[in-house]
Parts: sequence; C-alpha cells; structure tokens
Amino acid sequence: MDYTGDPAGAHAYLDAATAAPLHPVAREALLASLADGWADPSRLYAAGRRAQQLRDAATAVVAELLGVRPDELTFWPSGTAAAQAAVLGGLGGRKRAGRTLVHSAIEHSAVLHAARTTEAVEVGVDRLGRLDLAAWASAVAGDGVALASLISASHEVGTIQPVAAAAELCSEAGVPLFVDAAQTVGRAELPAGWSLLSASAHKWGGPPGVGVLAVRKGVRWLSPYPQDDLHRPGNPGALGLPQVVAAAASLRAAVGEAAAEAVRLGALVDRIRDRVAATVPDVEIVGDPVGRLPHLVTFSCLYVDGEALLHALDRHGFAVSSGSSCTSSTLRPSHVLEAMGVLSHGNVRVSLHRDTTAADVERFLTVLPGLVADIRKEAGF
Amino acid sequence: MIRLAKAMPGVAVGEIVRVLADDPAAANDIPAWCRMKGQEFVAADGHAFDVRRLS
Repeated sequence: MDYTGDPAGAHAYLDAATAAPLHPVAREALLASLADGWADPSRLYAAGRRAQQLRDAATAVVAELLGVRPDELTFWPSGTAAAQAAVLGGLGGRKRAGRTLVHSAIEHSAVLHAARTTEAVEVGVDRLGRLDLAAWASAVAGDGVALASLISASHEVGTIQPVAAAAELCSEAGVPLFVDAAQTVGRAELPAGWSLLSASAHKWGGPPGVGVLAVRKGVRWLSPYPQDDLHRPGNPGALGLPQVVAAAASLRAAVGEAAAEAVRLGALVDRIRDRVAATVPDVEIVGDPVGRLPHLVTFSCLYVDGEALLHALDRHGFAVSSGSSCTSSTLRPSHVLEAMGVLSHGNVRVSLHRDTTAADVERFLTVLPGLVADIRKEAGF
Repeated sequence: MIRLAKAMPGVAVGEIVRVLADDPAAANDIPAWCRMKGQEFVAADGHAFDVRRLS
C-alpha cells in the first residue's frame, strides 16, 4: 500500500468522544440566539431582559433533561471547568469533614489534575475497566473523606461504571459523590444517586465552550472563585449565552435521538469489535464487551506505534484518537489503559456520532488491517 | 516489544529472558504482552523485565 497523502475516500471523523460534530439544531439555535444573546442577562433594560429570558429557557431545558431543578444548574466555559469546579467546590464545602478526595483510577485528567490540589485516594479498576467496589467501599468510609469522584463511563474505553452502587456506598459513609457524565449525557440514561454531576456540550453535539454543573439541593458546595453578592454561585463573568442556548437545543435533540442512535451505533461498534479481532492479528479489544457506551470502541495492536497508526489513518481520511504515549498532550501512556493493565501501545479509540454511516465504518475496517501490517513491516516485524 | 517477540523462538521453554527497556510504557506493556501471548511475566526491577517462556 502506498501513501499518496490523499484520503482514499470521503473523510470520516471518528472521534466524537473528544468532540462531536455540531448538531444541525445547535447551529440553528446558535445563529438565532446571536440576535439577543449578546446582551448581559443581569441588566434591567429590555435587551438584558431578552437575554435573561433566553438564559432561563436554556437553563430550564437542560435542567429538565438532566432531571434537576433549574436552580441546581450552572453553566461553565467547558466540561473541564465544570468538572474542576465540582471537585474544588465539593472539597471546599466539606472542609470540616476533611480534605481527602476518593476517585477512580480512570477519571478524566481534568479531575486528576484537580485531585492534585488535595489529598487523594485512588481506587482501581479490573481488566475490563470496572471500578473495584470493595476497595471503593473502604476508601469512602475512611477518615477525612470530603468528596468522592467517579466517571459515569470511561471516556477512553467505554466501560460503564457502577455509579448507583458506588453512590449507595457514598451515601452510607455520608460522602457526596461527583459524577463526570461527559460521555453519558445525551447518549444514555443517567445513573442515580449522585450529588454533583458535570457534562460538556461539545460531547453531545453542542458547541464547544459550554460545560454544565448540577449540584443537588442540600449538597454543600463552595465556589473556588471569588463571587459577587447578588447571584447564586457559579462561573464568574459573562456567560456565553448563544452557545448555552445552542447547547440546550442540541441536548434536547440528542436526548430525543439517543435510544435509536444507541441501537444503530451499538451495532456498528459490535461490527468493529468483531471485525478488528478477526482481521488484525495480535490485537486486543479493550473495555467491557457488554456494559459499555454504545458509540465507543478501543483496541490496542501489538508491535505498532500508536502515533504512526494515527497518522496513517489520518492520511486515509480517518480521525481517531489514541491512548498510546506521545499521541496527545502527554509523553506517558494513558492512565486508564495502565489502570486496566491492558496494552497501551498501538492504541486506537473510535467513537461514532449521528453523522457516522455504515459505509464509513466499512471503509475503516477495510483499510485498517493493511495499515497495521505496513507499520509492523516498517518496524521490522 | 518487537525484539522480545523475535527473541522468544531462541529461548527454551521454561527459560527466562531479561528485557531492558526505558520506554515509560514498558512496565505496563510487557506484562500485557505476556498475557496476550501466553507467556509468564516474572518480575520487574527498574528498567529490567524478566519474562519466562511457557510455550
């Protein structure tokens, strides 16, 4: 196979878990809300009141879809900002209980970075990426635990976490649970029992630059930022209101399509799992084969450099991500793959979205075995 | 990893190969390789990893 630099077919973007393409409803809502959404919703003149109406309507929509009250919801400049506000604010509100954060070993790096600001206890996962509930139980029951953090489903391998059971254990220990639900909101049912929850609009087809944070009533949360004295705590500064409106509209659309898309994308993911295992030698499909997100599949290939495979796929028009070292902002292999004890090199994560077609997946499955073979040959294997 | 795989046919079943690797992924990936290829991961000591050929 020779590389011409030209993709052999139409481009296929297969990295929805990083950022899903903008939902058409989000685009429409974004353009429409630019007309009124530029004004400051806290001002009392007519333009401010129109902006306030937009903000309140968007808040109501997102709150309803997440099953929370509007006054339990705040918007943030990103999913990362929302998740970090959840962790820092959750710790701040429970200073008297202690300063320990209990978290799974497979949290998003945004949460792990926030964990470095305090004392942290990490709880491991099994080979399939499922939380060790026995270890979790003793960790959250420990002295000085202020907050626990568990991702709803792994953003790297798709394994759904036992959030309800973990929440039960937190409740018994009197510890609030933060759930980073970025990969679940807009795609699958939300788990029950959490105290704080965050999500990110560009994972469900909304625009980038919108994170959401829900803090249930009765949960002590203290903003990590300086606050003014009029408003309930939230992100300081002006809200990206047009983006928030677009995020709300696209969430409603995504939730409406979620059940059908889960079936359609789940079948495509099954096809990838089966065909990659059958056509690529020395490959490991990672993550729980059953309890997993419908749109995401990850595999690792022996004797293959992940970065080389990413570039080869890119040359053929496929955008995927990788947990191998040197493929993102870190020189180390993915902490998620390490926690699971699965192969980290030659790693590829494929994540699908509403624009992904069966033809895209077929072409990917046709091209992949040859690319892996070429890289192995070049490396002298 | 490729050199480990290539060295295996020259190792008698039951014998141990020592792999020297300073790649930060080695501590994770050499045991994973053993599991995938049905070999035994014996021990790690810094950048040295011992693998026993089982088959």
